[in-house]
Order: sequence, then structure tokens, then C-alpha cells
Amino acid sequence: MSGQLSLWQQLAAAPVLWLVVTLAVFMAASWLNQRCGRTPLLHPVVVSLSVIIVLLKLVNVSYDQYMEGAVLLKFLMGPAIVALAIPLYDNLARVRDLLVPLLVGCMAGALTAALSAVGVALLMGADITTVLSLAPKSVTSPIAIEVADKLGGYGSLAAGLVLITGALGCLMAPALFRLLKIDDPAVRGFTLGVSAHAMGTAFAFEYGAVAGAFSGLAMGLTGAFTAVVLPYLMILLGITAG
Amino acid sequence: MLPGLLIILSCQLLGEALVLALDIPVPGAVVGMLILLLGLMFYGEVIPGLRTAGEGLLKYLPLMLVPSGVGLMVHFELIARDWLAISLALLLSTLVTFVVTALLMERLKKPESAEKETL
Repeated sequence: MSGQLSLWQQLAAAPVLWLVVTLAVFMAASWLNQRCGRTPLLHPVVVSLSVIIVLLKLVNVSYDQYMEGAVLLKFLMGPAIVALAIPLYDNLARVRDLLVPLLVGCMAGALTAALSAVGVALLMGADITTVLSLAPKSVTSPIAIEVADKLGGYGSLAAGLVLITGALGCLMAPALFRLLKIDDPAVRGFTLGVSAHAMGTAFAFEYGAVAGAFSGLAMGLTGAFTAVVLPYLMILLGITAG
Repeated sequence: MLPGLLIILSCQLLGEALVLALDIPVPGAVVGMLILLLGLMFYGEVIPGLRTAGEGLLKYLPLMLVPSGVGLMVHFELIARDWLAISLALLLSTLVTFVVTALLMERLKKPESAEKETL
């Protein structure tokens, strides 16, 4: 059987090949991003997934075959989500006095994000799977992927939409803060964390450590709140797959 | 490092078990994260082994997202059909969320700092 397959066909079926490719492409993309001043437009994840998709199409390898190796990296997402509790705990301890306004702000922001995205997509006549993949778009990618899959959307589509949301949030931030006259680094950071998740948090550190801490906190709270509430909200609104 | 990894994986396992037992539509890992958060609040500190394992995982989180992102390649038809709805939804929703959160937080923090001044 294997005698009839070329060396390439056997290698393409070996899971380790796609691990090597993913790691190498990601390292190159991170290097490129660093050279370009860490611009959100050339986010290493966006560059990596684009390059790998083109590569797979060129050598005619399916996503399922690619995932036989890459699933190992995807599996680590679960423990990484659990580990988000650590920075969340660190930041919570720092802002204990402000907890109530922060919780209110995070809930309002998370609901606004999900409902406005779902509302616009429904009005534009988007497919229900698109709508369900859009719903968690303001949440950090690993949580958004899991939430979209649970809702009946596509986790991978959600991952892409989350990254675009993050880039948009970072690009809008300087002008919006000026327009709305927001100078407080805590408010700036929190807003970035709610609306642009981890990419917003990375960006918030440019406004200082306080903005970064508030942003990380906002990202964690928004992620947890959305993951727990969104599935029920979608059922309540009758927006479900199938 | 290993004790930390065991704690993290155990929280995830407990989360997955709870989700299955209660039949709730929430990702098991997120429930695991909330369990770990409660545990940390109860215990009062992050033990060094847990911090090492957690920070190690989070450092490489972007790399873990790549395989899911590559999955976009099987949804090109859906994206081609809905690209306008998707673009508008992302743009408007990000803008609205940003403005609502910023203005609300600016409003909410005011009584807080005024209170501190009077104290």
C-alpha cells in the first residue's frame, strides 16, 4: 500500500510536518511583526493563517489533514483559557475598590458588542452561522472559538472575526479617545480591553501600566461574562442554529 | 511547573465535568477558569509553580490560535456570501461598543473619585 504512495504523499500525511510548518510560519510572522513596529495590521496570527492557507491550497492538502498535526496546538487552548484566571486574579486584587463600576462597565460593553454585531448582521440578511460566529467577536480568541462552536457557529470564522475586531479597536482608539475627551488611563485601558480583547490590552500598555492592568482585567471579565451569558441570551432571542 | 500544570488541567477537567453534568451551553474551559479564579481568591495567592505553568501557556496563546484560524479556508463560500454584513457588523459594533464603554466608565468613576476627595 505505502509502496504506491510517493514520499511526498506519505510525508503530507505525517502529523509532525504540519506542526513544523505552523511553528516555522508563526516564528517568521512574529519576526515580521516585530520589524514592522508591532502593527495590528500585520498581527502574527493573521499573517500565519494566511500563509498556511495559501500553502495548503498550493500543495492540495485539506484542512482535516492539516489538523491531524495542528490539533495538538489547538488542544493547548483549553488549559490556556483556564490559566487566564491568574492575570485576572492579579488584576482583581489591584482594583478591589472599583469592582462594582468595573463589573457594570464590562457587562454593558459585552452586551453592546454582542447585540450590535448580531443585530447588524441579521438586518443585512447574513446566514445564521455567520450571525452565531459574529456574536462572541469582542471576546479573546480562545474563548470566542469555544463559544462560537457551542452556539452552532464556526469557531474558525469567529477566530478571524475576533482578530479583525481587535485590529479595528486599536486603530480607532487614538482618535476616539481624543474625540470623547477620555484622558484617564484606567478608562482608556478598560475600554480597550472590553472592545478589543487581548490586542486592545497589548495596545493599552502604550498608555502605561495602569491602562494595561485595567485592560487585562476588562478582557478577562468580558470573556468570562460573555461565555456564560451569551448562550442563554441567544436562546432567549430565538437566534439559534437549525 | 508540573504541580501548576496539574492544577490547571484539573480545573479544566472539573469544568468539563460540570458542563456535562449540568448540561449547560458554556465552554468547559471557561468554567475551569472560573473555578481556578475562585480557588485563587479563596487561597489568597498564586503559588510559584502555578504561575510558571500559567504564564508559559499564555505566552504561546497566539500560536495556539493559528490552527483554528486556518479553518477559515473551509468557510470561503460563507464569507463570500456575507462579507458585506460581516464588515458592517464588525465596524459598527466595535465603534458602538468602544463609545458606550468609554462614556459609561467615565460616568461611573466620577462619584468614586469625588467620594475619595471628601473622605
